[in-house]
Parts: sequence; structure tokens; C-alpha cells
Amino acid sequence: MTRTRRVRVGWRASVGLTGDVLTYLVVPLSFPLLLSVYYAESSLPFLVAIAVTLALGSGFRRLADPEEDLGPREAFLAVALIWFLVAAVGAIPFVVAGVGTIAHPVNAMFEAMSGLTTTGATVLRDFSLHSRSVLMWRQVIQWLGGLGILILATAVLSEIGVGGAQLMESESQTQDVNKLTPKISATARLIWGLYLGLTVLAIATYFVLGLAFDPRMDLYNAVAHAFTSVATAGFSPEPLSVGAFHPVIQWAVVPFMVVGSTSFVLLYFFINGEPMRLLRNEEFHFYLGVLATFSSVVAIALFLDPSTTFGAEGTLRHAVFNVASIVTTTGYASTDYVQWAPAAKHVLFACMFVGGMVGSTTCSIKSLRWLVALKAFRRNLYTAIHPEAVRPIRVTGKPVDEEVIRDIYGYLLLSIVIFFLLTVVIVVDAERADLRVTEFEAMGAAATTFLNIGPAFGEAGPYGTFASFSMTTRGVMVVLMWIGRIEIIPVLVLFTRAFWTS
Amino acid sequence: MHVVIVGAGEVGTSIAASLAPDHEVVVVDVDPDRAEQLKYELDVLTIAGDGTTSGIQTAAEVERADMVIACTDDDRTNLVTCGTAKTLGDGFTIARVKSTEYLRTWEGNEGAFGVDFMVCTDLLTAENIVRVIGLPAAIDVDPFASGLVQMAEFEIAAESPVAGQTVSEADRFESLTFVGIFRNGEMIIPRGDTDIGAGDRAVVIGSPESVQSFANDVAPDATPGRADEIVIVGGSEIGYQTARLLEDRDFKPRLIERDSARARALAEDLPNTVVMEHDATDTQFLSREHVDEADIVVTALGSDEQNLLVAVLAKRLGVDRVIAVVDSADYVTVFEEIGIDIAINPRTVTAEEITRFTYESVAENIAVLENDQAEVLELELTEGCGLVGRPISELVDEIDVRFVIGAITRNHALVTPRGDTVLQPGDHVILLVDSDDVGEIASMA
Repeated sequence: MTRTRRVRVGWRASVGLTGDVLTYLVVPLSFPLLLSVYYAESSLPFLVAIAVTLALGSGFRRLADPEEDLGPREAFLAVALIWFLVAAVGAIPFVVAGVGTIAHPVNAMFEAMSGLTTTGATVLRDFSLHSRSVLMWRQVIQWLGGLGILILATAVLSEIGVGGAQLMESESQTQDVNKLTPKISATARLIWGLYLGLTVLAIATYFVLGLAFDPRMDLYNAVAHAFTSVATAGFSPEPLSVGAFHPVIQWAVVPFMVVGSTSFVLLYFFINGEPMRLLRNEEFHFYLGVLATFSSVVAIALFLDPSTTFGAEGTLRHAVFNVASIVTTTGYASTDYVQWAPAAKHVLFACMFVGGMVGSTTCSIKSLRWLVALKAFRRNLYTAIHPEAVRPIRVTGKPVDEEVIRDIYGYLLLSIVIFFLLTVVIVVDAERADLRVTEFEAMGAAATTFLNIGPAFGEAGPYGTFASFSMTTRGVMVVLMWIGRIEIIPVLVLFTRAFWTS
Repeated sequence: MHVVIVGAGEVGTSIAASLAPDHEVVVVDVDPDRAEQLKYELDVLTIAGDGTTSGIQTAAEVERADMVIACTDDDRTNLVTCGTAKTLGDGFTIARVKSTEYLRTWEGNEGAFGVDFMVCTDLLTAENIVRVIGLPAAIDVDPFASGLVQMAEFEIAAESPVAGQTVSEADRFESLTFVGIFRNGEMIIPRGDTDIGAGDRAVVIGSPESVQSFANDVAPDATPGRADEIVIVGGSEIGYQTARLLEDRDFKPRLIERDSARARALAEDLPNTVVMEHDATDTQFLSREHVDEADIVVTALGSDEQNLLVAVLAKRLGVDRVIAVVDSADYVTVFEEIGIDIAINPRTVTAEEITRFTYESVAENIAVLENDQAEVLELELTEGCGLVGRPISELVDEIDVRFVIGAITRNHALVTPRGDTVLQPGDHVILLVDSDDVGEIASMA
């Protein structure tokens, strides 16, 4: 006798929500569409994408069942589905445009996933082949993914209501959904308003500095870079990234990356008369401390290396810029650091694992997890001597729940394991495909994709391309960027039996 | 005065005993046997019944009572008793509570629950313990303005570093004021250039923290310093409040609690206390954690038996001073005879506080100094009274009375009085005044 297990997930609710989000994707897609008309380029890539997303969206919405509630499981499923499908739709314009490396579907998917997850690793080889509207689309995807699509969805779709908190928490495990207002959608709107405001400020800053110092920073580039710096994303329409611009502009990008990696809730308090909540926050101190320490170490390493010839200001700028770019998980570069001495390069590699603050646009492991883990470790040293002592871990004076500490340990371990496995996959696959990839380059590429940073080392450096890896490796990377961005758990739970049946 | 006391336990009985000679006292208790028994012990009227009901309160003639004291063992009974009393008459109501939560609520809005004065047993006991720990050198210590302000009197020994200094040299603390110096039985109103000599008694008023720091200056040997080890055994409410008050005074105590959930909760609330989860009667643990080298051990466990055991153990291990909380007043002398340095009974402390309060008339709170040469008063200023609206320096020149303002509390925050401070209605003023002039000052408030 066969026994059928009842599926206990209200998947129709998740699919319905995915349909809503896909339909709304028309709005961001129309921006490059208008741009293509303005520049008299082909509009076809975006028209096709709009048609597909509308068709998919309405199909999904038809499957929706208004009776079903969006509980924790449905939220996990929706988060995983939405991040994957939005990337898939985002890849369509690249395939339809049909030029360069990204015409291939796997590469297009890589580029779109790298964009949406704000990784910033690219498979483009020759930037000049692509139309301005297609290049702008890469930037727009990153901006959408910056703060998380589901925070945006919660802000826009008022019917999400109660499920919104669930969604925002599923999208980002440690995001303390500190409700700023009693209504979650209003909170999401406040945070997105702040994000929008910062982006506008970045556009204005870059544009004005462009007028003053560098004609290449025109309105197009100002918008393109504002989108990806506040989102700590890292794509640039310039093959030389931010290194293409005047030093003053490079300095100006740094604060926007740093602010983008600062908790938006605390930023909101900062500009609304409670600056001390940010300035007294321990995670913020830790995060700035990490930035300062790594920048100084890299600067010293560069000063000590006789082969670098940047001059004093240049050395300091390249050290600060590239450390900030990697710690905030942006992935811009001001120079090709692949050429640097091993010491400086390896410090940059270490920077990949830090990440900015929880509740920001950053990726990677995030400062709060490290801070709590370090404090928990220090406590272990203390309790080794005083086994009876009861010492709660405190962050900014507030005790941290022991369960949260356990989750953080688990997350750290899981991240490190996945990183190692991915490294092994890259090395083995490179061997199979007869590519020359050193272990360090493989580790760099694994960390940079899984932790959503951007460029790696060697061929895949800031001025290189990921197109040199084998197709299989790139496929695996697509999946891991997806998993890494939504903090592992929402995807992994989908593969457990308990999720579906019990 | 017609006084109604609800609850004839140790606290109620003790208050009744001290009031009975001079006042008309009615005691209400829910237990008829207890009521009957008390009738023969004290010269009071006793009524058996539920003191929260208007029926019983009417029988006790609450409507013409000057004061209603609710001091049963149950917080809610006491609050409801006061609430009911306010519906019947306008007597001054005093409630005894254990929960500091109720106290905080009441402090936020005095008059809440129909309570005019609230005495929090556990907090009061903890304050007493901390005073005993922190100010062994003081001759007299009294709290004012619900603990925000402290008055302390110190005798200046010849070897004290303060001896020979002037007042302005000795007063290094922002929120501390010298209000009086007694020399050969004479009161001197101190000025900045007044010398402090050996054998003088100095009276200071200020925040408890500043008084603690001053005690350190006056008697550095007797006063425990930051480096002294204080161990609190037992995470009861009294243990917790003691640790919290010690933290406020910059000590870093250790607290031993057996229950793991309670230990965790305490550790979360007490950032500067090292909380240990263990059985305090385990001698191996005590010696491993060097509790035997502690300067002070406070036992605040749940039962007298446990407190006795731990206190004796601590004393045997060689702890300098052991302070024990003793729940039953009868055992206080037993504890002290065994060799425990100080035994504190929460009920006695509460009864004393309430009794002290009943003596007071115009002033909110008083302390009598040096055979009634001077008194320290806490006055609540009313709208349009003689003291408000003008800077203190003008008042001092104008009023022909020997007085010094030591501290002011405004909206439950301490304001240090200076010459240009202007008093406002609603302020609580803590001042020292010559006993002969108490009436005059009180009439101006």
C-alpha cells in the first residue's frame, strides 16, 4: 500500500507572492528601456524581459490561494523562489542582446545573480561591446538587490502585512527587525526611503565632483555608480571600475560604501535626533575598528613593498579604498590589486570574511556575528578558570540570548565549510578543464562569490573576468551566490523532509 | 492621632507597640486568633476581618483616621487596603510592599494605588545592608528623597586625611554639601574657609555615591575600597538589590546563586557583578573561588537555616565581616551571639521606617542630630510658599534662621544647590536647620 504524505507547506501563498514581485519587476525594467530609447539603442532585450516577467507573474498569481497564510515555511520558500526567479528574469536582456560573453545563458545567469546578490563578480570580457542600456541594467539589478528585494516588496505590497516581518527575517537571519513603527510595511518604507535618499545624495555628489574634476563622471556614470556603491554591490560600466576616475572621486566613493554597510535602522535614528544609538553601538565600533585596522595594515604592507609606486596619497587611498570595498562587500577596485605584493593581497583576502553591519546592504559573515563569537570565545577563557561563573554576552550593554550565540557559531561553521567545499570544487573542476588556477586564486574566487563580494585574485581579479572558469564552476557559483546572499538557511531548509511534510 | 493598622504580623505588631502609648490605634487582622491575642498584648482595639473591605474599614473608623498603615505580608492586599481607605476618608496611607516594581510605579506618580507613602521591604533592607557595608565609619546615616539623597555624620579622627583641611579643600565632590560641623557640642555653619579639626563631627548631604567617596577620604582604612571583595550569597530580591546598589557605588561584588535560570537573569541585570551558579554550602567551591579571602560576605538566602549555615561557614573560613539577613526577628540575637557580625531583619527595618515616618509632621522626613541640636528636614515646596522663586543666596541673607540647604531633588533627579539655584514648587529640599528654628522654616515651605 502506498502512503502519500501531505505537503504541509502552503506553497500557493509563496508562489502568489513571487508572482506579485515578478509583475512589479516591470517598473525597474522600464528604466533601461527608456534609456535605450533615449540612446537610440535596441529596446528589444527589455521588451522581451517585460513580456516574460508579466507572463510568469500573472501565471503565478493565478496559482495563488488567498486562503493560505504566509507562515515561516512559506516565507522561506518565497524568499528562495523570488531571489532565484528575479535573477533569472534579470538575465533575459543579456541573452536577448546577444553580444559578448553574457549572451550564453549560464553566463547571463551568472551576471544577473552576481548583480542581484550584490556580489559584483562579472563574466564580461569586453565592456565596449555592450549597449549603455544593458550596462545600466546591471547597475539597476544591483540597486534592487542591495537592501533586499523582500524589504522592497514589503514596502510596496501593503497586503503583505503581518507576513512582512517574517519575510524580512527569513531574508536575513540576523536582521533585527526593529520595528520603527507599529506597521511593518511602514517600517520597510522608512528604510527604503533612507536608501533612496542616500542614493540620490550619492548621485549628486558624484555628478558635482565629476563636473569639477573628471568629465568621464557624467550623469550616466554618477547614477550607475551611486546605484552600486550605496548598495555595496560593485558593478561598474567602466572596465577599470572606480579606478577609471579622478582620485577625489575615489575618496568620495568610500563614505558611501561605508554608510551602505551601516545598519539602516541605526542610520534612521541617527538622522532623526537619536545619533547616540548609532555612535554608542558596539557593532558599529567594531566595524569601524576592523576597517581602520585592515586599512592600516594594507597601507603599511604597500609602503614596505618597493615595487609599488603610488606615492604617499596614492598608497593610502588604494589601501583604504580597496579594504573598504572588500570589507563592505562592495567589490569596486581603484587599482588592479592582483599586482600587489603577497602580503597586501592576503590581507585583502582576509577582509572578505568580515562584512559590514547587520541590517545594512552588506553581505559576507557580518560584524555582529564576529563580535558575538569573539566575546563568546573570551568568555570560554574566563569560564575555564571560573567554571561556575554565569556571564551573559553583552552587545551595547544588552545581553545576547544563548540560543542566538549557538546559531551564530553554527552559521560561522557552516560558512567556513561551504567555503572550503567550494574551493575544492573550483580546484578539481579547473584540473578537469585543464585551467591554471592556483589554490589561493580558487580560495579567493570561492570566498568572493559565496560571500557576495565581487572580484577575486588572478584571472578573476578586479580587472579580470570570471569567464575564464569552466562552465560547471560558474554554475556552482551561481547557486552559491544565491545561497550566500539569503544567508544559507532559507535555501537549505527547502532540502529537508521536515520542511515539506511534518 | 487615630491610626488604623491592617496586618498584625511582626511588622504591624511592632508599629502598633510603638504607637499605642501616645495614639488611638486600631489593628485589623484576618486571623481572629491573632486579633484576640493582640488585644491582651497591647492597649489597642483589634478587629478580625478582611482589611481590604469597606465594611471592616468602616468598623475601624477609617473615615476619621489620620493614618492608615497597610503592612500585611501580601503586596496586593496592602495596595487594595490603601485604595479602599482613600474612598472612605482622607487619612495618610502607608503601604508595605516587597516588589520594587510597585515602588517604581508609585514613584512615577506618587498617589498611585491610593498610597501616600510606600515602603519597599526588600529595597529598604538592601539599602541598610549597603549602608552597613559602605559606611562603617559614619555615626549616623539617613536616606532622603526615596534614597536619592543621603545624610551622613562622620567623626573626624586625628589620623584622618581630612583633619586640618578647610571645608572647600575637603569638599572635592560635585554633588556633596557640607551642612554642619559640631565642635565641642556647638554647631558651626560651615563656610568654605572653615577649618576641620580632629574630633569634629561633620554632617554632609549628597548623592549616596558622593557620600561613599567622602567616607573614603575621611576614613580610608575603615571604609571598603573598590579593591575589597564583597560576596553576596543568595540571589533573592534582597541579594539582587544589594548587588545593584553596590554596583551604583562602583563596587564589583560577586553573587552566588544556586538556581541556573535565576543566576542567568541576575547576570543579565547586573553587568558589574560576577554571578556564579553554585551551591554556596560547598566548601570546596568556596575555597576554590577564594571566598575565604573575601572582606565582606552577605548572606541573603531564602531561609534562616541556610543563612545561618553559610554565615557560620564564612566566619569559620576566615571572612572579616559577615552580614546575615534573618527573616525571623527572634533569631537576630542568636545570630549575633554565634559570632555573625551583623544580623539584619527586614521586618524590623520596615517597622522602624514606618514608625519613623509616623513621627513626622510638616516635614516629609527628618533626622535629629547631636541630642537635638539640629535637624535635617526634607520639605516639599508648594506653589507660592516663601522659599520658591528666588536664588538661595538671597534666601540665606534674608531669612534670620541658621539653616543650610544640602540637596534638592526635582522630578526625582538630584540638583546640587548653589548660591544662584532658584527653588521651584514641587522641589524636595533637604536642609539642616537649628532645632529652635524648625517651626519657622517648616512654615515657609
